[in-house]
Amino acid sequence: MRRSTLIVMIVVLLLFVLSWIFKANALSAGEDNYIARGFLITFAAFLTLAVMSFLYQDNPFYKFAEHLFVGISAAFWMCMGFWTTIVQNLIPRLSTSLADFFQVPQQAGGLEPFFFTPVILGILLLMRLSPKGGWISRWPLAFIVGTTAGLNFIRYLRSDFIKQISSTFVPLLGRQWEGIGPFLSNLDLSATGQLVVLISNWVVFLGVFCGLIYFFFSKEHKGAFGFGSRVGIWILMITFGASFGYTVMGRISLLVGRITFLFRDWLGIIET
Amino acid sequence: MKRQIPVVLVGVFGLFMIFQYFVPHESSEWIYEFLLDWTIIIGIFAMALGLWSLYRVSVEKIKTRKPAWGYNYLTLVGLFTMMLFGFTTQNGEAWGWFFPFMVSANLVLVLVIQATVTKDMRGLFLSLTAVFFVVCVLIIIFDDTWGFHFETAEGLRSTMFRAFFDNILIPIFATMFSLLAFFIASAAYRAFRARNVMATLLLLAALIVMLRFNPYFGPVSPYVNKASNWLMNVPNLAAQRAIVIGIGLGIVATSLKVMLGIERGYMGKG
Repeated sequence: MRRSTLIVMIVVLLLFVLSWIFKANALSAGEDNYIARGFLITFAAFLTLAVMSFLYQDNPFYKFAEHLFVGISAAFWMCMGFWTTIVQNLIPRLSTSLADFFQVPQQAGGLEPFFFTPVILGILLLMRLSPKGGWISRWPLAFIVGTTAGLNFIRYLRSDFIKQISSTFVPLLGRQWEGIGPFLSNLDLSATGQLVVLISNWVVFLGVFCGLIYFFFSKEHKGAFGFGSRVGIWILMITFGASFGYTVMGRISLLVGRITFLFRDWLGIIET
Repeated sequence: MKRQIPVVLVGVFGLFMIFQYFVPHESSEWIYEFLLDWTIIIGIFAMALGLWSLYRVSVEKIKTRKPAWGYNYLTLVGLFTMMLFGFTTQNGEAWGWFFPFMVSANLVLVLVIQATVTKDMRGLFLSLTAVFFVVCVLIIIFDDTWGFHFETAEGLRSTMFRAFFDNILIPIFATMFSLLAFFIASAAYRAFRARNVMATLLLLAALIVMLRFNPYFGPVSPYVNKASNWLMNVPNLAAQRAIVIGIGLGIVATSLKVMLGIERGYMGKG
């Protein structure tokens, strides 16, 4: 380790300890466990700054936060999965004594021995760790893959294909003529007047149609087909732009949240 | 048998899930619910497999002294600590010997790793592991201020688990995602040029949507809001729909290939 790195680490450690002391002192008036709370807030601020330090370059503090995150998030999801699925969903169906042990309510309709099957399949899945019996783990995997494939086949055929096509068939010529006045009134993008709705419906219909033409690669994009494809990519560009803007603003709001945490919860500069 | 039975199972269960959709009988729905629950339960075992894999990969990196290998200790200690917090909770107000237990348990983990990766002092590390393991067991037996519970009908009880979630996971997660704002802005600054119609459309759409969130636009802001909403609800919807139809067809085709045994990548080698 270089000497400069060591000095930076010592300085950060000292700042951490100082921050902990000051934060705990500031919290001592209102909270019982102010030492632990002060430590946790300081640690959260340290991790926030450690991740932000990546903007300069990859460094040991960022690596620290990154590796800690991997370990803790893996354990978090495992624990949540165990307590919400195994304990709450499976155990009350298999054993009353185990349900009592884990302090979860017992199954209203009695035990369901069929639920030993996923336990057996789950144990078979763990056979993947065995060098010789690893092939048995394909059976539970086949069960998961098969049911998911069948489920997705129907689900996506309905929601992403049939439903989307049926929703695209919107009225292009208006439902009922209400006179020139109502037709032209409210020339506003958010209005529900007939003209604006019709224009929007045409944009939706042509946008979907031309977008699909753009994604159809079995025919050369020339002539009228090529024009449709060009309109399709224009519509797609608007979408990509809108999605980009939306994503940027989402990230900015997260950044605002982190900066608020640093200046309000940690440093106490901003009043609540 | 090693490869045929899985193909048959995939076909049978896949076709059943399709078939049951067209059978509006309660027994069909009952089996459907069962199978869904089973899939979720088996998924938890797959998660355990993932954790074991993480442990092995980390130990392997330590063993072969890969670049930045030292941080893998941190990953494993974080994993183990959070797991312990996830399976324990206070019985009353005091924590008793819980934190010495946590330190001893983590020392057991680190010493086991050391015994795995080194050849020279394996005996010493294993002896120390045994000592700290005994300490852990003694604390478990004699300290009744905490126990192996986590959640009850009243809800989450483990305060340390919650504290780690709030003060470690959330800050890192939110900051990592917020960093993308800088990277996206930097990429946009370099790439966004209104060179042609398509680039101009992209630029304008992005600009209008971003301006919509700006609170300092005064009298112009209602118009920007309307334009942004229209962009999101009309042209954006149209193109998203075209993309979604493509994705839907792709998923349906892939599901069919899996069920018919044409796609067998999930089985791996051997």
